[in-house]
Amino acid sequence: MSVNATDALADLTAGGMPDAHGRFGPFGGRYVPETLIPALERLDAGVREHLHAPPFQREFAGELSSWVGRPTALTFARRLSAEWGARIWLKREDLAHTGAHKINNALGQALLARRLGARRIVAETGAGQHGVASAAACARLGLPCTVYMGSIDMERQAPNVGRMRLLGATVVAVASGDRTLRAAIDEALRDWVSDPTQTYYLLGSAVGPHPYPYLVRELQAVIGREARAQIQEAEGRLPDAVMACVGGGSNAIGMFHAFVPDAGVEIIGVEAGGRGTALGGNAATLSFGRPGVLHGSYSMLLQDADGQIQETHSVSAGLDYPGVGPEHALLARIGRVRYESASDEEALEGVTALCRFEGILPALESAHALAGARRWAHAHPGGTLVVCLSGRGDKDMPTLQQTLLAERA
Amino acid sequence: MNAHERIGAAIAAANARGEPALVAYLTAGFPRRERFEADLRRIAAAADVIEIGVPFTDPMADGVTVQRSSRIALEQGVSLRWILQTLEAMSPPVAAPLLLMSYLNPLLAFGLEPLARAAERAAVAGLIVPDLPFDEGDALHEALSARGLALVQMVTPVTPQERLERICERSRGFIYAVTATGTTGRNLSVPVEVTDYLDRVRRQAPVPVCAGFGIRGREQLERLRGHVDGVIIGSALVEVLEQGGDPTEWLCTLRGRAGV
Repeated sequence: MSVNATDALADLTAGGMPDAHGRFGPFGGRYVPETLIPALERLDAGVREHLHAPPFQREFAGELSSWVGRPTALTFARRLSAEWGARIWLKREDLAHTGAHKINNALGQALLARRLGARRIVAETGAGQHGVASAAACARLGLPCTVYMGSIDMERQAPNVGRMRLLGATVVAVASGDRTLRAAIDEALRDWVSDPTQTYYLLGSAVGPHPYPYLVRELQAVIGREARAQIQEAEGRLPDAVMACVGGGSNAIGMFHAFVPDAGVEIIGVEAGGRGTALGGNAATLSFGRPGVLHGSYSMLLQDADGQIQETHSVSAGLDYPGVGPEHALLARIGRVRYESASDEEALEGVTALCRFEGILPALESAHALAGARRWAHAHPGGTLVVCLSGRGDKDMPTLQQTLLAERA
Repeated sequence: MNAHERIGAAIAAANARGEPALVAYLTAGFPRRERFEADLRRIAAAADVIEIGVPFTDPMADGVTVQRSSRIALEQGVSLRWILQTLEAMSPPVAAPLLLMSYLNPLLAFGLEPLARAAERAAVAGLIVPDLPFDEGDALHEALSARGLALVQMVTPVTPQERLERICERSRGFIYAVTATGTTGRNLSVPVEVTDYLDRVRRQAPVPVCAGFGIRGREQLERLRGHVDGVIIGSALVEVLEQGGDPTEWLCTLRGRAGV
């Protein structure tokens, strides 16, 4: 399907996307079993009624400030900048409560779920950050929470499993499918299909059927709004570029949204390049995928010639996903955002660099954005770049023990 | 007769014998790819309509049985292309109308126009697509309609009245009435709310209504009698095949007849 880039960008900037059918150009929509349609209609009506209404906005802003700890800092990475040769600023989502940007969405949706009368919350999680954020938000609001997590992810993100349980959530291991994020979403959807009237599905990324990609973007957009104001305050101007890692794409869409209308700001998303370009060796959907339908929306997908979804690989559980949010698919199609990838190796180098130069242990997901930042800095000496540091890396200790720390032993 | 009309005719023929039609599901190539044709014929000996499941990596509307059968079929290299080629080559073709049940992405990868052409050549009467609600189904509906093939629509106990009416208008072949919220393969109790719901759908449907999801035994079939035109037997039959049982005999027993 062809898209007129200029028209699409104008439409997007004017707030015309998603349209009434939940479309970002050709992408998006609502591809779910008939059983879920009434639940999505109710959610859509709830979003339209509450999301931008003052009572919800007041409640959300109050909790973001007093419980999440927003606004998060914008840190000048002084030593890293000297090392890499550009002015690098870090938007510190790792400082948000529970340690990642995921809390913005989890809190917002939990508040919405309560207004919509939900009796229980289900969520999926990959790296465990969305699971922890959901568990925390549900505890804060007194809602029961069940989190589905792939059995492979439960091993590599073990600290987060314990955190979810301490926060009162029921964690269900998913041993079907690829046993990572994608299987966890399948299983959360199956749970929701079983009880669509009382259960609220708290989806953690900017993927899924309409209205989720829109809802998640709106709740995460606080990242870019803050960063845009903070960098103008600090530098007296907009940055040359902004950058974020992209799995499903929630921190990225949150970071990018405020900057999309700023024609002078280059926007770059960094996907998981894994072990390389071979099929199954990465999770770089926008680099290697083709359009298709998974988990309720038409977007780019890693799939084979028969339309079967491909296994993916990434050192970071949060990026290990064969799909991507439909708005990213459009931003790539119209060329407003450039998507590139960083390998496992480059991401691990990013972890080391940020630890050594800035005293910050980043999440493996965020380390992909740092790898991209390093490349950008080398190509744009003296330029100004804002990187979304989407989360902290404490949860990655089991993986880091087997990689960076094992090399040293 | 149009391909989609053969479905209604097969269901009507069963009803004329005083029984609900049996719509039997198998995952293509499960448990063994080389047994697909033989299994299909054995099922056709007792069923009125057959749904052939196209395996998909992420069957989100299905329970553990169909997840497992799909995975095993995929591991043996079963694809939509292979299924269509196998059906086209079958001689003689099975008499019962055949439907393909597939998630949307394998269909998109095949291409909707090529799919409609290949399905027609393979004597397929229609498609059921569990992750394609009717609002998103225009392109497939048009491609199939142009060749007289059905796009079977699903309704559920939570489908609002106004939407039910629109779905009924669009339906061809039969209406797939999902008996319970949830995934396939669970054991359905048949409370009066379910029969009331089926009666309501049937009053409005211009085509036969077949109930599916969780129908596993004769008792449920008896409870549904008089409220539906047909019943869809899925996971329970997949399990019979998995355990090496005789699907003809099992379906006949389900019907309360002696095996053929």
